[in-house]
Amino acid sequence: MTRGLRRLVALVKKESLQILRDPSTLLISFLFPAILMLVFGAGINLDSSIVRLGVQNQDGSPSSLRLVDTFRRTPGFRMVEGSSTEGLADGLRAGKIQGFVVIAPDFGRQTLLGSFSRPLVQVITDGAEPNGANFVAAYVQGAYGVFAQQEQARRGYGPRTPPRSFSLETRAWFNPSTKSRNSLLPGSVTIIMTVVGALLTALVVAREWERGTMEALLAAGVSRFELVVSKLIPYFILGQLAFTLCVAMTHLLFEVPLRGSLSTLYLVGSAFLCSALGMGLLLSTVLKNQYNAAQAALNVAFLPALMLSGFVFEIRSMPLFIQTVSAIIPARYFVTAMQTVFQAGDVWSVITRSLFGLTLASVGFIGLTFLNTKRRLE
Amino acid sequence: MTAGAEAADVSPSSPPDDAQQILARVDSLEKVFPGAERPALANVSLQIRAGVVTGLVGPDGAGKTTLLRILAGLLLPTSGTARVLDRDPGQAIETLRGALGYMPQKFGLYEDLTVQENLDLYAELKGLRGKARVDTFTRLLTFTDLTRFTTRLAGKLSGGMKQKLGLACTLLGTPKVLLLDEPGVGVDPVSRRELWQMVRELISEGNAVVWSTAYLDEAEACDQVVLLNEGRVLFTGPPSDLHARVQGRVFLLKGGTESPRTTLRKARRDPSSLDGVVQGNSVRLIARAGATLHPEQYGVSPEARLGRVAPRFEDGFVDLLGGVSSAESALAQAMAIRPSDGKIAIETRALTKKFGDFVAADSIDLRVERGEVFGLLGPNGAGKSTTFKMLCGLLAPTSGEAEVAGVDLRRGRSEARQRLGYMAQKFSLYGHLTIAQNLDFFAGAYALSGRKKAEAIARLVTVFEFAPYLHTKAGELPLGLKQRLALAAAVLHGPEILFLDEPTSGVDPLTRREFWTHINGIVERGVTVLVTTHFMDEAEYCDRIALISQGKMVAVGTPDDLKARASTPETPEPTMEEAFIALVQGQGPA
Repeated sequence: MTRGLRRLVALVKKESLQILRDPSTLLISFLFPAILMLVFGAGINLDSSIVRLGVQNQDGSPSSLRLVDTFRRTPGFRMVEGSSTEGLADGLRAGKIQGFVVIAPDFGRQTLLGSFSRPLVQVITDGAEPNGANFVAAYVQGAYGVFAQQEQARRGYGPRTPPRSFSLETRAWFNPSTKSRNSLLPGSVTIIMTVVGALLTALVVAREWERGTMEALLAAGVSRFELVVSKLIPYFILGQLAFTLCVAMTHLLFEVPLRGSLSTLYLVGSAFLCSALGMGLLLSTVLKNQYNAAQAALNVAFLPALMLSGFVFEIRSMPLFIQTVSAIIPARYFVTAMQTVFQAGDVWSVITRSLFGLTLASVGFIGLTFLNTKRRLE
Repeated sequence: MTAGAEAADVSPSSPPDDAQQILARVDSLEKVFPGAERPALANVSLQIRAGVVTGLVGPDGAGKTTLLRILAGLLLPTSGTARVLDRDPGQAIETLRGALGYMPQKFGLYEDLTVQENLDLYAELKGLRGKARVDTFTRLLTFTDLTRFTTRLAGKLSGGMKQKLGLACTLLGTPKVLLLDEPGVGVDPVSRRELWQMVRELISEGNAVVWSTAYLDEAEACDQVVLLNEGRVLFTGPPSDLHARVQGRVFLLKGGTESPRTTLRKARRDPSSLDGVVQGNSVRLIARAGATLHPEQYGVSPEARLGRVAPRFEDGFVDLLGGVSSAESALAQAMAIRPSDGKIAIETRALTKKFGDFVAADSIDLRVERGEVFGLLGPNGAGKSTTFKMLCGLLAPTSGEAEVAGVDLRRGRSEARQRLGYMAQKFSLYGHLTIAQNLDFFAGAYALSGRKKAEAIARLVTVFEFAPYLHTKAGELPLGLKQRLALAAAVLHGPEILFLDEPTSGVDPLTRREFWTHINGIVERGVTVLVTTHFMDEAEYCDRIALISQGKMVAVGTPDDLKARASTPETPEPTMEEAFIALVQGQGPA
């Protein structure tokens, strides 16, 4: 081994010993992910098992009655018939119903004529809760599809000439059982990796400054490369272990199907981990104070990862400005990639784009850390 | 305080000895930090020779650490040059790695790594391995007497052992030039003595050692001294040269005095006196050059004897700075006299504090009379701060009794607190508040209000001459004013008892003199003072001292009494430090 390599190994060994001796590091890396996975896996459920749906039939034709009947018989709905649009709107506002359907007065006649110049069925949902709204819309579409098929069968239309509106059919691809857990858990890994990566590394360089050991290391002639890399390696390994724990819990405990390959999963995971570690190290290097660095990590790494990664809140329903901001958040690419690998498989067109974003972020953060790492005390 | 600058030019310096090779030097060095008012170092030149301990001596903020960091290549000079082994340390840190050993102030040890793991790390960083490494470890562990502790975490070592381990780590790779930044801080006297022996051994092998310190008594042990004050070199040369400046002008006035403090105050009115301090029951005086002291004016009885004594480093330092002007304490004059009634101000019986299994203070019995200056002397971690905090009512005792100003601490802690003033070790002032705001806050904290509060503040502003700085933030004040403000905050409410925790550690002698002039003054007015210190000199300003070591009170007595107890045929007149070591060791293995 060359001298430089030996020095690096010595520093990595020192860092690893510190990790093993510090219970808080191990708690953050393993206990915290386990608890968070349990919370996301078992505690939070974005599915609405029963949708309370209002229906106002302004038509009264036989086919409209059959549509109402279909809604009534669909297992996911508890149907509330309303006499006026205003009454239903109030119900929606009060949260008594999660959406409502208005059947237009000439629904029966138009469908009979096959004229679809204007919408005949209107679905109103609560846009303040985009996730819930999407579910309601999807359920209504599903039920409408069932109705359309039955109508076709009644009139003996051949399958080759279906009226366009009746071809409406929703299939929840990638998540056929539409369990939100299946998309939530792969996404929540992002949060955990952000904490393990950014929060832990945010503390380590600052700790060296606070305890005066940085001065001794610098005086011993440790190079910038040795300093940065010796911090990255142990926390990279620690991060991979935490990642494995998360993946194992997601797949084995919560039975989220993994459609892509493990190697792709770890490739994406490694790329993200580097960006998170880099961000933490950068904060620590610049701030030189454990408390400030931890606060900063929470604010610039953890919170954006939670809010702006598309993990909980749909990015497309955010204002354009926020959408633009979210493009520079590495967690966003990781969420996309994780959800893709778990639910769709190794879709390289998506994964390549995510990998590109993550690599760019990693190079940026680690590069900035390197540039900000001082060989002197000023 | 600028008087010292001109004195620097006249200070004698020893002729360079050709046998002593210069291993490092700085020339016309200047270092200015952005935003600082004055340069951290200004026009500093010095040489560091092989086989010599060079003492870098000066109060906090003098520029010692900055200078060492420049020599270690960790800071770059603003102008001037630094050379270590004929290289520029700022550029050649990698080349100098093995030849230069730098021990920073905060040890540079990993507290969560064992002794052995720390050694392993630094050995690898310095490229030491194979047989050479094994041999070096064996040698250093024996040298530092740490062999038994190799598997212990560095964080669990005592202050002295940490310093030894720090030194051992610095010595890996056998450096030619050793830079030690305040290695004597936080170390008990016994360990400090061992550190010095280790350093002596190192220089006998032809190394150069730089030992920085704020303790002037440590300066005496150095072969060469560079005295720094406010970034400037006041003196360069062997300590004996500094002694020579005041040789024959230092006197001890022994006996014939009721109170050495009163005598000191009178002696300081003598225009011939340059400086004076209380030393046990005597008064140590420096006469101005060419002047004669007039002890007959000091109100002492005929049996008082004025005798010449050997000068100390501090005497020379004070002389360089031009002496001390403040003879009278304006603070004391503004205070009401409390009749000395011989009452007991503080009394404890078997006072004990345990933290888990650890006994921080073990059965402490104290009796402090009113109007007495009582010192708790001991190294860091000995238990003096714990005892102190219990007496201030900041910490509840585990067992035992304590009465402060006639109040039983178990019942009336807050009542007792109103009657005492407390000055914490590090100025516990609000750095972002101005002097006026700090005084206002502390007056409020002591429940002063209305006219009483306004009067108290106005009195202290006059006494301490705060008027020009009233709206300056405390954090931006020079050290001397900070010290004054801390004292002002502690005496705002006219306390009966004043608690001082390490009041003058790291301050320059003039600031220290001024501070003690006030303390002596208010003691004469009947205030009781309890002071903790690990400064042996400061201990001699006290009427009585309790020696504390490892949680136990080892001895109590007047400074003269304690020194007499430690007197042996070999050292008939021990210093306070020697007395401390002898008395602690006399307790048997603790």
